[in-house]
Amino acid sequence: MTVGLPEVRSAHGDEVLQAAGDSVLALRQRFGDSIGNARESSGQLWVVIANDRAHEILAWLRDDPGQQFNYLCDVTAVEYRDPELPLEVVYQVRSLPRGIDLRLKIEMDPEGDLEVESVTDLWAGANWLEREVYDMFGVRFRGHPDLRRILMWNTYDEGHPLRKSFPLRGHRSRSEQTRNALAANPEAHYTLEELSIVEAYHELPADVRERLVREGRVAQP
Amino acid sequence: MGLTPPPGPGEAPEYVESMSPNWVTTRLDFLANWARSNSLWPMPFGTACCAIEYMATAASRFDISRFGMERQSFSPRQADVLICAGRLPFKLAPVIRRIWDQMPQPKWAISMGACASSGGIFDNYAMVQGIDTIIPVDVYVPGCPPRPEGLLYGILMLQKKIQGESISDPSLRVEHLVGPDGLFRRPEQIDEVSEPFGNSVSQTRSG
Repeated sequence: MTVGLPEVRSAHGDEVLQAAGDSVLALRQRFGDSIGNARESSGQLWVVIANDRAHEILAWLRDDPGQQFNYLCDVTAVEYRDPELPLEVVYQVRSLPRGIDLRLKIEMDPEGDLEVESVTDLWAGANWLEREVYDMFGVRFRGHPDLRRILMWNTYDEGHPLRKSFPLRGHRSRSEQTRNALAANPEAHYTLEELSIVEAYHELPADVRERLVREGRVAQP
Repeated sequence: MGLTPPPGPGEAPEYVESMSPNWVTTRLDFLANWARSNSLWPMPFGTACCAIEYMATAASRFDISRFGMERQSFSPRQADVLICAGRLPFKLAPVIRRIWDQMPQPKWAISMGACASSGGIFDNYAMVQGIDTIIPVDVYVPGCPPRPEGLLYGILMLQKKIQGESISDPSLRVEHLVGPDGLFRRPEQIDEVSEPFGNSVSQTRSG
């Protein structure tokens, strides 16, 4: 007896583009002006969506029976060297049952307020991806349950390294960077799972304790 | 050994020919250094591809147990030599400092590879420009990554260095910290050794 697995399709070439194009047309029909330019790049389709309806659009793509984009491959961001070009937050979604990929981009003014709606309520896996985008680009995700740095350490205060305005070697001198890094006290800023020591709870700073209680990771003391 | 009756008056003490001498004379320095240099317990701090070469060095083909490093110590408290194999990001700077502080004296450090020694190709915001800005280093092994022979040569150099040490030198085990924040070098020294050089001089993306 075999265990029934959901059928996963893998479409090819023109078929993929055709299906993704149909999805873009359906998006246009449903969301009108909120859907911007769409272009083909390396055999995949990308489409610009409006920031204020991005969450709604992604939720529809995930839940609509005709779309079924149920897998979020990646959330990332791009800033171009040309200051005229917008900063983009990129969502790469895939429909596992249909074997179709679609890339959605939110365009933002690099100098402006970088804030988008979090999609962690749609895909739990977006949690760390959005934290990485926040860490590297400074894009804030409204409604994210735990928006803090993930690659750089918690007390890092030089900014967001992948922004074009960020110097390659950072803002501070090497000696200051060394001093700041040595003073980081990593134990004080990570969760009990990250540290694997429950005994540390009472030595953690108040904000970390509050976060642990809020997320229900420790019983209320 | 046995209980030989003490020689009576006028008798010469009996010399037992059959016993081999069970004592040697040597210099204490030589003895201590011989023991230390031939039983270095390494604490591998592997962060990148150099750690793969380190594993090759430890495995049967190159086999660092031939040099008294049979026991890999994955606990800093039972280790003699810290081998930093790979690049060290600033995020790990407090970690390697803590590990170094946990190691009991006498202790030594080997900086394995270009990144651990100088930051290597990573002259960027995230990378320590040489672990000698964090902890004292005895031997630098060049290479990207070094071959196992290179690391073995570095280990032999460290053994040679240890054999030249003297317990009468009181400065040998002093941890030279230059500030309360645990800096091992003065800030201007760190800035100087971290200056861009070679190819990375022209890496100016912005600012």
